[in-house]
Amino acid sequence: MSAATCTYREAMRQALRQALADDPRVFLMGEDVGRYGGCYAVSKGLLEEFGEDRVRDTPLSESTFTGAGIGAALGGLRPIVEIMTVNFSLLALDQILNNAATLRHMSGGQVSVPLVIRMATGAGRQLAAQHSHSLENIYAHIPGLKVIAPATVTDARHMLAAALADPDPVIVFEHVMLYNADGPLDAVESVPLGGAAVRRPGRDVTLITYGGSLPKTLTAAEQLAGDGIEAEVIDLRCLRPLDDATIMASVGRTRRAVIVDEGWRSGSLAAEISARIVEQVFYDLDAPPARVCSAEVPIPYPKHLEDAALPQVDGIVAAARGVLGRG
Amino acid sequence: MAPLPDAGTAHALLRHMLRIRAFEDACAEQYSATRIRGFLHLYNGEEAIAAGIIPLLDAADAIVATYREHGHALVRGVDMGAVMAEMFGMQEGCSRGRGGSMHLFDAATRLYGGNAIVAGGLPLTVGLALADAMQQRPQVSVCFFGEGAAAEGEFHESLNLAALWKLPALFVCENNQYAMGTALARSEAETDIHLKARSYGLASAAVDGMDLLAVREAAQTAIDHVRGGHGPYLLECHTFRFRAHSMFDSQLYRDKTEVARWRARDPIDLFEREARSLGLLADDARTALQAEVDAEVAAAVAFAEAGTLEPVDRLTHDVYTDTPA
Repeated sequence: MSAATCTYREAMRQALRQALADDPRVFLMGEDVGRYGGCYAVSKGLLEEFGEDRVRDTPLSESTFTGAGIGAALGGLRPIVEIMTVNFSLLALDQILNNAATLRHMSGGQVSVPLVIRMATGAGRQLAAQHSHSLENIYAHIPGLKVIAPATVTDARHMLAAALADPDPVIVFEHVMLYNADGPLDAVESVPLGGAAVRRPGRDVTLITYGGSLPKTLTAAEQLAGDGIEAEVIDLRCLRPLDDATIMASVGRTRRAVIVDEGWRSGSLAAEISARIVEQVFYDLDAPPARVCSAEVPIPYPKHLEDAALPQVDGIVAAARGVLGRG
Repeated sequence: MAPLPDAGTAHALLRHMLRIRAFEDACAEQYSATRIRGFLHLYNGEEAIAAGIIPLLDAADAIVATYREHGHALVRGVDMGAVMAEMFGMQEGCSRGRGGSMHLFDAATRLYGGNAIVAGGLPLTVGLALADAMQQRPQVSVCFFGEGAAAEGEFHESLNLAALWKLPALFVCENNQYAMGTALARSEAETDIHLKARSYGLASAAVDGMDLLAVREAAQTAIDHVRGGHGPYLLECHTFRFRAHSMFDSQLYRDKTEVARWRARDPIDLFEREARSLGLLADDARTALQAEVDAEVAAAVAFAEAGTLEPVDRLTHDVYTDTPA
């Protein structure tokens, strides 16, 4: 059903354009989203198309423009807040955690916060320790939020609409290394907000990943296939809630799991998934779950050290061979 | 400018303040009786601010308040029984008992908390005002916050953004002189909060927050400014809390003579005296009102006592909107 290909960036821009065109309550705000066109050029052209009222450049005030998004959602709008990167989202974490995530429950169900917050995440561009974080696990830890990480062009094109249709706050992680990636834009009308996708079927080992690690994991699966190892690749897509059913069905069948996660290992999403696998399908396992995560260091600037710090294809292949006893 | 209230309004204003005072005193009692737990921040002494401003708002205007917000909820019209039941943690409470003292919500009167992170309500107010502006609604969004918030980044970010986008937001600084135990002069180089607003391009004023008529007049000017499309406004009200910061505070940081000096300017007494001298209140009006208010508070306590606990199987309801109700 592949109709065409485009880049992840273009797919996301199409999604934004459609959202703005379809619903007058939708608006985009964030740093440099308008005149500059977005720091990753995702929103380029939208200011000209939709005007200053609906594509709003904000001051460098992450906490306040994120809180203003929450307030605007309470006031009946459907804001899309763009925080340049997850690194800066820490300045808005209070608003996200203490307001967006709590208001519904704390008010006894009186109000909802239909807010979408987009942010770039991840390393790989030699941006050093303060611009290379992968902190999806922090947001996935918080009840009241939904967290998605579209990893394909088709998901980038359609998951935003699903996020906007959701009555609760949704955090969208866009990995910086995906923006330039070309891929098929499947001719589908929509994709759901939740639920993992099996990106590659296989019988020998399940590789579980999300976001920017998906292309590396698929490459690793290709290499393993050359060795006669058929890896199944699961793209989590939604990091909160996690799709336990898809994970367990696959691992229950392959009996082996490797989790690939660009977050630091300790307290990572990979740790959570590993725990769930052990809790739910322990007796189906032929080997302990393995994790391929980032080294526990601030991400360094030079290319060779950055590469060494991040999950890479070789490491994924080695981990898969390890759980198969072919290390 | 707000004209002097007529006799009926004066009566209503005194009633608002007496209701708050009696309610807060009852809360302190119920706290001692361990029926109210957690943090409890009382509004005694600051009544003229909520009573001076909130009655001037339209029903469709929005209010964002702090964790010292019982008075705002009561003046806004949230049922006193529902507020007390909230303190008791009962599901008949205005937030289903889940929020407690610091998180009173009432969607019907557009009361958006009850926010317990200092300055956290200012960005929400900016957003509520933005929603009104973008939807061409003539509403005003009012944010109440303490002077301690002026030290937080969100105060500055929010004033800037509200002024930049010329939003219909009214920021009311309830300057009660102490951020918990830290006197304003010990934390701010510039202690005139309303002057800080000027540097962001907001219109602003300061007023004696113990003088209800002065607050009311200043608030009307501020509301007219905001509703008239002239952008945001900051009103600083100088006030004093008569009680401790919360129920865990032995008040070692402030001198008894300072407390006595402010207590001598009790906003309820001041207003009663002035209204009587203007012929707006009968000499026995307060006594009659007090009896009425005491009965309402007793009924609110009884309502809370008769409240029911939310079943534990509902614990996870409303974490998300689509959780089955």
